[in-house]
Amino acid sequence: MWKLAMDGKDQELRTVFADTLNALIEENPKIFVMDADLAGASKFGKIQKAHPDNFLNMGISEANMMSAAAGMSMRGYIPFVHTFAPFADRRSLDQIYLSGAYAKNTLNIYGSDPGVCVAANGGTHTTFEDVAVMRTIPEAMVFDPADGAQLAWLIRELVPLKGVHYIRANRKNTPNLYAEGSTFTIGKGNILREGTDVLLIAMGEVLHDALAAAEELGQQGISVEVVDMFTVKPLDAELVCREAAGKKLVVTFENHSVIGGLGGAVAEVMAEAGCGVRLKRLGVNDQFGQVGTLEYLKEAYGLTKENCVKVIQENL
Amino acid sequence: MEKKELQACKVRSAQVRLDVLKMLKWRRYGHLGGAMSIIELLSVLYTRHLRHNPKDPAWEGRDYLVLSKGHAGPALYATLAEEGYFDKELLFTLNEGGTCLPSHPDRTKTPGVDATTGSLGQGTSIAAGLGYTFRLEKSDQKVYLIVGDGELNEGQCWEAFQFIASHNLNEVIVFIDENKRQLDGWTEKIIRPFDIAEKMRAFGFYTVRCDGSSEEAIDNAIQEVKGVKDQAVCVVLNTTKGQGSPYWEAVEDNHAPKFNAEADAETDKDIARLEAWLKENGGM
Repeated sequence: MWKLAMDGKDQELRTVFADTLNALIEENPKIFVMDADLAGASKFGKIQKAHPDNFLNMGISEANMMSAAAGMSMRGYIPFVHTFAPFADRRSLDQIYLSGAYAKNTLNIYGSDPGVCVAANGGTHTTFEDVAVMRTIPEAMVFDPADGAQLAWLIRELVPLKGVHYIRANRKNTPNLYAEGSTFTIGKGNILREGTDVLLIAMGEVLHDALAAAEELGQQGISVEVVDMFTVKPLDAELVCREAAGKKLVVTFENHSVIGGLGGAVAEVMAEAGCGVRLKRLGVNDQFGQVGTLEYLKEAYGLTKENCVKVIQENL
Repeated sequence: MEKKELQACKVRSAQVRLDVLKMLKWRRYGHLGGAMSIIELLSVLYTRHLRHNPKDPAWEGRDYLVLSKGHAGPALYATLAEEGYFDKELLFTLNEGGTCLPSHPDRTKTPGVDATTGSLGQGTSIAAGLGYTFRLEKSDQKVYLIVGDGELNEGQCWEAFQFIASHNLNEVIVFIDENKRQLDGWTEKIIRPFDIAEKMRAFGFYTVRCDGSSEEAIDNAIQEVKGVKDQAVCVVLNTTKGQGSPYWEAVEDNHAPKFNAEADAETDKDIARLEAWLKENGGM
């Protein structure tokens, strides 16, 4: 069971990741963590310090890291590997695909700072395509958790599961959304707010903006239902069809390209099911990334509460 | 190696070579050149070094074999059939729809295949990961990793070699099959390999060279590197693409040839020669 707890506090997601793994290693020594010379950036250095036998710094060799982790999983180890999102989905795709998924090995991948979370690392390090890319790997699961409580739950949930699991998440401070100890179901979306006019499906970094937009629109007499679709794959198709029924508009909202991401996935489901409701995808429109603060980048790509309100008003 | 053991290795090599030629002729095409060049190595490994159990392919205490140059699958399959992992008749299903013997090894499909390979370079890292688990568990298990010289074009090999050398990970024994040719021709003409053994030494490996067509030389090289402590180890095998068939060695484009009438006739001569040799030497 989950409960909303928008308490105005925030948590560094990298710290949540590292602390959760440190706790889990105490319970399961088969968990093995790798980083590619980013243990300072990911705070996985905390794991190296606490559990040196469960950690390897693989150096700046992401391809080697992915295949080596897959090799370890063949012997029953449970690898969790970190690198910046682009070095996972773009640089190491073949390794994740073949050494990992195709060979039925396990890779739990933390692709950090996806999309606009990249901030100062800029356009070279931006992934607006990682969901689209990872989603096409057969049997892989793709997650975009919204806050620390959801991320901590997810990591714990993945430990017993075999296969390729890709988690895209900010490294830095992220506002709390859920109460500590909340539990969820993989592949099931969470209806955060009921509504009758518009179905707004969002995930990850922009969920707070989605909720704020729904609030503002509510004051204008537009009733918006908000769903947290933290599992992009497998997508909760049943929820999409059920909740779209009777609405005037469905909007997807994501820190990702509209091509192949959450918007693409929802479009596929709605078209095939013949939902008969109009869909508007709000996200990055076939553009490259750039450098700037998180706030600047959200503004630049229209990933703000204000733009969400505007898009819904214009499309109703 | 005693004379009797050497003879057993030679018989195995001849038998596997015979089966590889038969299966590829039957299939009318296939990765012949690079399969033929590792046959002696596989014979020595499987008859003398690899601890494994064909009755229990998933035995966790086994040594692992990672054929990173996955296109040499036919040689591995013929070896595994000889070891009793599956019926020899299956060799003639190579590359057929639904077969358990795809052109490149797939650990989920074939008993005895330890790693899924074929996207070149990846096997080196998979072997590194496997070897590291033996290190963690203080196990004396080994990973025998077979890499092609053309495969060394792939950057991932060198990422893995850095890792293996950095950790003195001699739980992995690296074999480089220097058959001097890759798909498009001579390695020297495509990406100059320079001196592979010197490169490996520069990367931090204890490296020996040997004649990859001689079971005795290969065995000696393995014995030597197994005696090395606290350093990564590598054996560079001097081989010939198409090894053991005068005809196929001479065919310029022998990476994945198609069989025509001439190839059929020449291969039949190889087959007859090998069968006669095996008959004389107690292999058939």
